[in-house]
Amino acid sequence: MADLTVLTIKELHEGFKKKQFTSMEVTKAYLDAIEKKDSKIGAYLSVDNEGAMEQAMAADKIMATQKDFPALCGVPCSIKDAILVKGQKATSASKILENYEASYDATVIARLKKQNAVILGKTNLDEFAMGASTENSAYKVTKNPHDVSRVAGGSSGGSAASVAANMAAYSLGSDTGGSIRLPASYCGVVGLKPTYGAVSRSGLIALASSLDQIGPFAKTVEDAQMVFEVISGKDPLDATSVEITNDKPQITNLKGLKIGIPKEYFAKGLDKEVEVIIKNAIQKAKDAGAKIIPISLPSVAYAVACYYITLASEASANLARFDGIRYGLSVQGKTLLDTYQKSRGAGFGAEPKRRIMLGTYSLSSGYYDAYYKKAQQVRELIKQDFTNAFKKVDVIFSPVSPYPAFKVGEKAQDPLAMYLVDIYTVSVNLAGLPGISLPAGTVGKLPVGLQIIANHFQESELLSIAGAMENMLQ
Amino acid sequence: MMISNDQVKHIAKLARLELTEKETQKMQQDMSVILDYFDLLKKAKKPAGIKKIKPLPIEKATRKDKAQKSNIEGDLVAAAPDSKDGFFKVKAIL
Repeated sequence: MADLTVLTIKELHEGFKKKQFTSMEVTKAYLDAIEKKDSKIGAYLSVDNEGAMEQAMAADKIMATQKDFPALCGVPCSIKDAILVKGQKATSASKILENYEASYDATVIARLKKQNAVILGKTNLDEFAMGASTENSAYKVTKNPHDVSRVAGGSSGGSAASVAANMAAYSLGSDTGGSIRLPASYCGVVGLKPTYGAVSRSGLIALASSLDQIGPFAKTVEDAQMVFEVISGKDPLDATSVEITNDKPQITNLKGLKIGIPKEYFAKGLDKEVEVIIKNAIQKAKDAGAKIIPISLPSVAYAVACYYITLASEASANLARFDGIRYGLSVQGKTLLDTYQKSRGAGFGAEPKRRIMLGTYSLSSGYYDAYYKKAQQVRELIKQDFTNAFKKVDVIFSPVSPYPAFKVGEKAQDPLAMYLVDIYTVSVNLAGLPGISLPAGTVGKLPVGLQIIANHFQESELLSIAGAMENMLQ
Repeated sequence: MMISNDQVKHIAKLARLELTEKETQKMQQDMSVILDYFDLLKKAKKPAGIKKIKPLPIEKATRKDKAQKSNIEGDLVAAAPDSKDGFFKVKAIL
């Protein structure tokens, strides 16, 4: 039998319909691929062989008896370990949650299970999704499948690598400042960060609640869209989630489309070879009839500082729940306060500690105005930049990252250098916009992603433009 | 902006975080570099006409305040390091 792990969701669905193979055969092929390849790559933190085969068997029963079945039925996926799957460990790649088992399904997982999806296992990430390389995991480093001496990107590095190395048909990750788009770019897969509010976060271990969004990794834009359609929509368990009403027509070609090119994203610091690849993609859009319009986002120069103050502040509050009382690791002290301090001191790694400290400082009396409040004002400026831009253009094209995947260890000792990896991605989260990373070319064997940013809740437009670009870039 | 070791210790206390001496020193260096970078925001202009900060234009949409049976209380408490009679167990506070 041909290699089933190279097929897209669409192809698997068609194959199931034509009875060319079963979900159990596909699932077995994926489990074998993980067994064979993952020791080198390190995408997974846990693999649920037995559970996956049971889910596959259940899916096969449905597909044998029903003519029509859901798009994701029987299709094997991987899930970032910050998303709760009932009965499975959910460590968020932290020692403080080493033995924590989820008591319920995240809403996105419940929606996948309703489709009879197959969940292969949980993927590696930077501890509590804090990082751009997956080197901050307390358990292991996820390597780039295209060059194992390089990082997979982060924080959802395990998810991106699992799809890139054909160890999952698709994956769910989360994106707070680039954590889906960046690893998608580095690993050469499609990664969608939906609009803030498009997908429920119930059951996602929270990092920064005004920024976090769950989204899919997939082999193609069409696959990403299929997963997005299943996981999106209002959920009573997440008050920020909304129903998406999108009546804009699907775009089938780029003729007349207005594409904004922000000059700030093509300035100093952008790798020349990456620039060539992105400019080539822009040229192809132009050849297809799109209008290329230079724009300016003057406040994005402040985005990384604004983002890290906002994120650290929110994270310091969100991570207060890990106190040695309700979950995971507990180091007993003489008093309750001792127990809190010792459990948190022993359980959190260096990066969560750093961000908790920065956040606590930014919110503390005497520093609040200079840091947190100032950051919220600057966030407003960044939002206004995008509001103004979308008066003139339909979508924005930019690089995802200034350079391709860097070497393992290259930035690990320099936290500020690691923060600056996010320079082209964080503004999208600050403004709550949807963005996608689409493979656009390679530097040597290293993939480079094109970022396409759309206006709020314009996922349908964004995905159809990405689909049109995908055809031209292949 | 340089922050002192004592400041680091004070913030760690506020954050309920035990840091070793070595961690405190590294934290002092890292935080100083990062806070220096954050000072970039001082150059940003004040947004005009902004009275209230609204992070995102999404309406509040909370659920009705109505109790629902979830049937997972037992599992939630069981996930805790220490519990008794269906409650989280903690040390005496006073």
